[in-house]
Amino acid sequence: MIDEPRIHDYGDGANVHKKVSLEFGDMGEGFKEADLIREDILFYEGNTHLPMEQHAAVAHFDADHKLTLWSATQTPHYVHRALAKTLELPASHIRVIATPNGGGFGGKSDPFNHEIIVSKLSMMTGRPVKVTLTREEVFYCHRGRHPVLMKIRTGVKKDGAITAMDFQSFLDGGAYGSYGVASTFYTGALQTVTYNVPRYKFRGLRAFTNKPPCGPKRGHGTPQPRFALEVHLDKIAEELKLDPAEMRLKHLVQPFSVTANYLRIGSMGLGKCIEKVVEGSEWKKKFSNWDRENRKLPEGKGVGLACSSYICGAGLPIYWNNMPHSGVQLRLDRQGGVCVQCGSTDIGQGSDSILAYIVAEILGIDPFDIRVITADTDLTPVDLGSYSSRVTLMTGNAAIQAAERARELLTMAVAEKLSVPIENLSFADRRVFDVENPETGVTFAEAVVLAESKFGTIGTVGSYTPPRSPGRYKGAGVGPSPAYSYSAAVAEVDVDASTGIVTVERIWIGHDIGQSINPALVMGQVEGSVYMGLGEALMEEMTYRANRNVVHKFPSLLEYKSPTTLEMCDVVTYLIEDRDPNGPFGAKEVGQGPLLPVMPAIANAVYDAVGVRIDEVPITPEKVLTALRDKAKGREARFGPKRVPDVEWPQPLKVLTPAEGGDGKEMPRVAVHS
Amino acid sequence: MMRLPKFTYRVPRTVADAVKMMSDAGAEGQFVAGGTDLYPNMKRRQQTPKTVISVTRLKELNQIAGDGRSGLRIGASVSLTDICEHMLINRDYPFVAQAARTISTPILRNMGTIGGNLLLDTRCNYYDQNYEWRKGINFCLKKDGEVCWVAPGSRKCWAVQSSDLVPLMVAVGAKLKLVSTLGERVVDAAGLYNDDGIDYLRKRPNELLTEIQLPPRNGWRATYKKLRRRGAFDFPVLGVAARLDLSDDGTVKDAKLILGGIAPAPVEVKEAEQALIGAPLDEERMQAAAESCYMKARPLDNTDFLMNWRKQMARPYVLRALQELREQ
Ligand SMILES: Cc1cc2nc3c(=O)[nH]c(=O)nc-3n(C[C@H](O)[C@H](O)[C@H](O)COP(=O)(O)OP(=O)(O)OC[C@H]3O[C@@H](n4cnc5c(N)ncnc54)[C@H](O)[C@@H]3O)c2cc1C
Ligand code: SF4
Repeated sequence: MIDEPRIHDYGDGANVHKKVSLEFGDMGEGFKEADLIREDILFYEGNTHLPMEQHAAVAHFDADHKLTLWSATQTPHYVHRALAKTLELPASHIRVIATPNGGGFGGKSDPFNHEIIVSKLSMMTGRPVKVTLTREEVFYCHRGRHPVLMKIRTGVKKDGAITAMDFQSFLDGGAYGSYGVASTFYTGALQTVTYNVPRYKFRGLRAFTNKPPCGPKRGHGTPQPRFALEVHLDKIAEELKLDPAEMRLKHLVQPFSVTANYLRIGSMGLGKCIEKVVEGSEWKKKFSNWDRENRKLPEGKGVGLACSSYICGAGLPIYWNNMPHSGVQLRLDRQGGVCVQCGSTDIGQGSDSILAYIVAEILGIDPFDIRVITADTDLTPVDLGSYSSRVTLMTGNAAIQAAERARELLTMAVAEKLSVPIENLSFADRRVFDVENPETGVTFAEAVVLAESKFGTIGTVGSYTPPRSPGRYKGAGVGPSPAYSYSAAVAEVDVDASTGIVTVERIWIGHDIGQSINPALVMGQVEGSVYMGLGEALMEEMTYRANRNVVHKFPSLLEYKSPTTLEMCDVVTYLIEDRDPNGPFGAKEVGQGPLLPVMPAIANAVYDAVGVRIDEVPITPEKVLTALRDKAKGREARFGPKRVPDVEWPQPLKVLTPAEGGDGKEMPRVAVHS
Repeated sequence: MMRLPKFTYRVPRTVADAVKMMSDAGAEGQFVAGGTDLYPNMKRRQQTPKTVISVTRLKELNQIAGDGRSGLRIGASVSLTDICEHMLINRDYPFVAQAARTISTPILRNMGTIGGNLLLDTRCNYYDQNYEWRKGINFCLKKDGEVCWVAPGSRKCWAVQSSDLVPLMVAVGAKLKLVSTLGERVVDAAGLYNDDGIDYLRKRPNELLTEIQLPPRNGWRATYKKLRRRGAFDFPVLGVAARLDLSDDGTVKDAKLILGGIAPAPVEVKEAEQALIGAPLDEERMQAAAESCYMKARPLDNTDFLMNWRKQMARPYVLRALQELREQ
């Protein structure tokens, strides 16, 4: 092997940041059982978060040599750690406050240069220092969606049952690591959690290139493989002449099961999501059924379906430790006020209010009675941050624990005062009362006074640590989650054959939220996801000028094309509530999952409309028109990549699947003599 | 945040004062109307006038007079919103309002003026970038540099004529009144634009545009079709302005087909006009005209979309414009 210079001192060598090779089960046997083996190559172009507000940070190093940083960050705890390390200050002398941040979508998750710069400058000058990025600089900070080239090979039975799946992904990482190792694993982790995949192989590679670094954007590493998988399944359904909705419904992963790659599935409402969108969209009356001659919709109009799943919080933190992922502190005061403190960061998704709803529910008071203090490393216990759709589930569980502990103290004090048995006391309508005799009771504020008189100042804590994953192999850390959300979408499109312009007319989307704690917030996330999905599907791309030192082609809001309200389609949302035992009140995530089915549903709908496969996003008019012309000339009616690079993959790490009697650990490596 | 460079701001109340102030300011002076083009350019240091003279308080420039029978005179400082909403324009020159409505966004149209729109700087993806970005590529011919990155072999700048109203004004034969301390003159819109991305106007920098004169509507019809990525914000990457004069039996007496958004100046496609004149407006003629426009359209790679696709779009967009005129 040639000794190539390394780009960074971390990574797997030369320009390779990470190389992964995992194999679950006997692939040979899996493909042998198949009636059909199909292989597809697809590409997902990179795009960026495009938050409304640019990043900004202010630091102040004060007279007693303590540093405070106010920053538009999604992860104050990780920024806190990064500052302690780079500034060589004791962490206890640093305070990080996450401010309202004008949109994050993953783009404000890395500790950034400007956060360190303002801190250092303030230490040097003793004055407050502020940096606000220009829009152009936000494009360069990026950490957005990785461009990913993918090859997927799947064996299926005649009824669409998957016998084996082999997935390869090639990630263009840009200049730095960011969370790129996790991104790489995520391009291979969640293929198994929607439909039953008995044997699975994944190889992934992330390369460094001369571009702004890629990182986590909504869906982190999973929209790309999900796009590939769902388009690939559509093609399989066509080859098998099966209805793509029915084919999927038939082979759903079982609830409360463990997948071939050792992800533990909890509640699983995907079937209901599919049924809802099929019914709502009148799929049966619209879908061509692969028969172009006897179409139900006019030529140029089409429908497409796709599904997805997403984690409700990463099972592991980004640095190894045994502590909780989320902590909540409650303080009850004599006036009946309740203060919830938690390190979580509200980035517009409404996570602050979730804390209030949950505590109010348990203490029987109104959410408006609650004061919420979050995202301040001095005032609030650690929460790892707003990423991986972890916040409602993890802070919610921690809040439940803290509130239940407070309720217990109040119950004891009130029971004593009223001389009623503890189990008779209930909390509702700002009262604590005897359920058998509701007039007998005290106000919530009186209950707090009684408890404080009995026990002293009332404060409780709660924390949450995700359950341990059954996977024990190296690489098992990415993918496990306390629960998985599910989504299904049908897109209806209009394709203008003379221009190639695709208009998405309507999207029906079903999302299994477990339990919606505030349906308005849930719907907001679903509709916002559809909006973001339209952009990724149709126009957004991070592109560079090869002829001019790879400069970003158009780092501006005007020329980086993202949909306006005029491009937004109608959205019909169905919330499926299949409670998950691990979620607070059964709740699962909604911040990222509903984005995932949008892109493949649109791609599949374009095929239904005009009979050309666009195997890469964005699906631009240029690509559609090129494919239509090729089709007219009798060439392959497809636009997309044709090959993947030849890579010397490391020998795969082999793991027996649960069905094969595996224990989640990798098999001992056998030396290959050849 | 990008900041404006320092400049002196002057607000004349009469045309005479305005042109006098401009003559005093010399080469460092520039008029501004809504500023939606000039100020962003100043922030990016593409244009750096030392004296900026506002034309928005000049009474003559804020009037609309006449009608479809006598012709319409529109003051250069009339806002695009007023153009979109004006009763007479909507009645007698609906295509002008229709084209104006495709410009950017409602908010921008509140500020932007028709005069500013007709004098809009040419645009290019290598040029409409901030100073640091342009510095990063060693600038380009249009400003501070030596080479045109779009066509490195050429000594010419190919920045694109990007106003939506320009092709239409050329197609309908509008006339423009220009005033300076030396006097006033009226020029054909067609004669104002120069096929050079740097020197894109045949107008002296000190000339004030005061009025746009639309010819009487004696029978002709016109329309404008715009190609862009999104339904708002975006500049045209192809604009098709068409004017037809049909006789009672449906024969095309006269035709104008102007393409915008593909070259430094609006492009008249004479071949397409010839294909239409003297014959009824049938499908075959329209196809022929669309084909000529396709042949003539030679966009380069300096706007949104692939240039090859933009060229191909000339066919359907010209066809749509002509079909619409046939139905009018
Ligand atoms: C985000 C964005 C999107 C846009 N989209 C479009 C679009 O879709 N279509 C489109 O056509 N334009 C578009 N524009 C360009 C521009 O906003 C409009 O063309 C607008 O009409 C310009 O008018 P203004 O009054 O603001 O011009 P200004 O910026 O005031 O002036 C423009 C130029 O004309 C000169 N000038 C102005 N008035 C006079 C006068 N009376 N005499 C002599 N010189 C004068 C100025 O010196 C300057 O060089 C867009 C601009 C932005 C920022
Ligand atoms: S066409 Fe060439 S010279 Fe003109 S602005 Fe663009 S790159 Fe510069």
